[in-house]
Amino acid sequence: MKQGSDSFDVAVIGAGVSGANIARRLSAYELDVALVEKEADVSFGTSKANSGIVHGGFHHNKKYLKARLELQGAMMFDRLKAELDFPFERCGIVVAAMHEDEMRPIEQLYAQGVENGVIGIEMCSRERMLELEPKLSSDCVGGLYAPGGGIVEPYRFVFSLVENAEKNGVRVVKGFKVASARREGERWTVAAADGRTIKARYVVNAAGLYADEVSRIFGGEEFEIKARKGEYYLLDRLTKCKPERVVFPVPTSVSKGMLVIPTVEGTVLIGPTATTVPDKGDLSTTRVELDTILKSARNMIPSVSETDVITSFAGLRPCLEEDFYIEPSKKAPALIQVAGIQSPGLTASPAIGEYVKDLLKKEGLKLVEKADWDPFVRKVPRAKDLSPFELDELVKKDPAYGEIVCRCERVTEAEIVEAIRRGHVTLDGIKYFTRAQMGRCQGGFCTYKILKIIMRETGMGWDEITKRGEGSSVLRGEL
Amino acid sequence: MKEMRYDSVVIGGGAAGMAAALELAGRGLSCAVVEREGHLGGILTQCIHNGFGLIEFNEELSGPEFAERFEEKVRKTAITPFCGTTVIEMELEGDEKVLSCVSSELGVVRLRAKAVVLAMGCRERNRGNIRIPGSRPAGVYTAGLAQRLVNIEGYVPGKDIVIIGSGDIGLIMARRMSWVGCKVHAVVEILPYPSGLTRNIVQCLNDFGIPLYLSHLTTDIYGKDRVEGVEITPIENGALMTEKAFKIPCDTVLLSVGLVPENELSKKMGVEINPMTNGPYVDSSLMTSVPGVFAAGNVLHVHDLVDYVVEEARRAGAFAAEWLSGKRSQKEIRVKAGPNVRYVNQSRIDPARDNKLYLRTLIVKNDAVLEVKLNNKVIRQARKSHVQPSEMLSLSLGPADLEAALQAPDSTLEISIL
Repeated sequence: MKQGSDSFDVAVIGAGVSGANIARRLSAYELDVALVEKEADVSFGTSKANSGIVHGGFHHNKKYLKARLELQGAMMFDRLKAELDFPFERCGIVVAAMHEDEMRPIEQLYAQGVENGVIGIEMCSRERMLELEPKLSSDCVGGLYAPGGGIVEPYRFVFSLVENAEKNGVRVVKGFKVASARREGERWTVAAADGRTIKARYVVNAAGLYADEVSRIFGGEEFEIKARKGEYYLLDRLTKCKPERVVFPVPTSVSKGMLVIPTVEGTVLIGPTATTVPDKGDLSTTRVELDTILKSARNMIPSVSETDVITSFAGLRPCLEEDFYIEPSKKAPALIQVAGIQSPGLTASPAIGEYVKDLLKKEGLKLVEKADWDPFVRKVPRAKDLSPFELDELVKKDPAYGEIVCRCERVTEAEIVEAIRRGHVTLDGIKYFTRAQMGRCQGGFCTYKILKIIMRETGMGWDEITKRGEGSSVLRGEL
Repeated sequence: MKEMRYDSVVIGGGAAGMAAALELAGRGLSCAVVEREGHLGGILTQCIHNGFGLIEFNEELSGPEFAERFEEKVRKTAITPFCGTTVIEMELEGDEKVLSCVSSELGVVRLRAKAVVLAMGCRERNRGNIRIPGSRPAGVYTAGLAQRLVNIEGYVPGKDIVIIGSGDIGLIMARRMSWVGCKVHAVVEILPYPSGLTRNIVQCLNDFGIPLYLSHLTTDIYGKDRVEGVEITPIENGALMTEKAFKIPCDTVLLSVGLVPENELSKKMGVEINPMTNGPYVDSSLMTSVPGVFAAGNVLHVHDLVDYVVEEARRAGAFAAEWLSGKRSQKEIRVKAGPNVRYVNQSRIDPARDNKLYLRTLIVKNDAVLEVKLNNKVIRQARKSHVQPSEMLSLSLGPADLEAALQAPDSTLEISIL
């Protein structure tokens, strides 16, 4: 590609899981691609705070695009895991009926799953449910089992996709908040709030919660993305309530309900709630909602204890209509809308990448495969996952692997440095890349160590370090 | 991978770890101390205020001075300190404990010992543990992290401060932040009485005119990118007075909402934990449910004063040495927390020797009586002019007090506050 040029074939707006998958897919072709993100790092929006689930393919009817993309996307994760560097495991999903009345919807879900071609989906008796998930309440009357469902670290998935996209020539532009767009001939000129501009022949609007604003800026369709908040509790990895599989309640008409999720990194997540909020920046948690979560989780798994709570957080679903809205704009030229990507967006995202690539082709983008496209990223060894022997070998090669920075999640200095070298220089970015600050002490012991490593590795001053970008400075003075 | 064998290994090189190790070494036993920081001293090294050592040294020292006195003694012995070294696994192999430890210098080493003393200390409770609602801005720190930033790293985390919780570290930090030119707007405590020592309320809040809001709950932390303020709501007769809620603008929230013994390693090796203290259950010799594994200091139960920590740790070291020499208690009495007592450490005592017990009350009371019953018979009543949960009580019981238990086949000691 033309190094340093600000002119691209495609600009993807929004480096969440949709944008990252689209950019990475496009990176396989002889194209100049830019991936622009308004936040200080990628995956800082909806993709950072969600259930982290690869869904089972039975929740939605195939008449919806989102169901078809979910089924296709779910199948792509094994290959992506082999190529990239993110934790993913097919632990299976159960839906637990806690009352005879709930068996009817279970039957409907089962029928839908069979119709959708879900492999191995199973209607379960009470006994089978308790065998599959011994932590379930004995009140469980039966349920559904989808062995192909799984768990994934969403931010690591995005980081890895973006890293691979970059390796294959995609230009990642952070802190670029789209403020205006102008069509000149065959080209869009997109300007950021800070005055930077990029030019692109095609634009993909994958701006998540702000896809409505971006559409408006490009003169595209008028629609409104509503933020529906989901609050979660994170439980300590030593909790006794950790299930073997993702446990769903029977869904309601508005949401899939509140789940108990054994995260792929060993903690337990319970939630989410579903409340529409007026402010798209509102990530606050509330007392009332959190109580609801505990109650709901205990209904299915009685051993859920509030003494295991490490932290709570909230994420925002970008809600539009019932289905995803992925199509070329009928109003703005060369603009592909990728909006309303709420659940099962993460599961569907690899298929969204494919789908958008095909849409761009139909719109006239010429796709020529790169001969030297490299689908792999270098995997970072994680001290937490190593045996003592493996760790010993690693420390001999890189002594920084012997320096434990985060005791709770066992993260070494080498991993922090690796995060920084890969462009994650905020406290949150480092947290999502390494898990340091994510454990039971929530950064009480390691934050100062991380601050020092950032300063040493980047040359940043103390006053330049932020939690997650502009405005979120960590320190306010020096003695 | 290197392997080394010692008579004993102490995990943690803070006050408790050093005191226990000195006892072991003083009895001619080989001893290694594993410390994850680059130096001995533990959390004392960032506690640059005075008030340490009044009992131990009969003088008022700063934290680093207190630590240094112990460190000097350690240096004069054959104790092997492994600093910058973290224990990552602890397994049992027959009667040996095998600790896999990692450091940048040595890689992974395996330390083998028959006796282990747990002295890992505690960690601070955080926002999630007590479920403070609100947004997730920068500027919310535990008091201990702020203490580290100010006292060791030389950075000021914020200028306008509200402290949630009235634990001792929070109180100390209220004074410290005032000294470095910050404005501390309030200390907010959910309980009707402070969680910290009375002397700290006087010296750190009253002397600086910092308001203490008792019976107030923090109902919101707000601010998008950086903290902009907190909302606090009074509690009256157990009910939240929502209409009386008010906001205090600030850029920083420090949390001092309690400490939790760090027993994740202990749990993984099967040590049973007392849910009242979050520390191991220990017998009359401060031995946990795993034979040969002892515990002392804040990993066992959270102490108010380092002087008590080292007293307890010394006993743990001595008991570990006795245990290694084959000595076992002939008889043990069960210890029970009676009315108004939150916990008594330890859960068993030996009637044939002198025992020291630490306990915490559940109530705030003037002119209280500490009552000790052995098999339902009162054997001691001690008057206490004032008791409160934040001030730990101690009690010594010797063979003379416990004579009746020597004959009885099975005895229970019950301690109450009346």
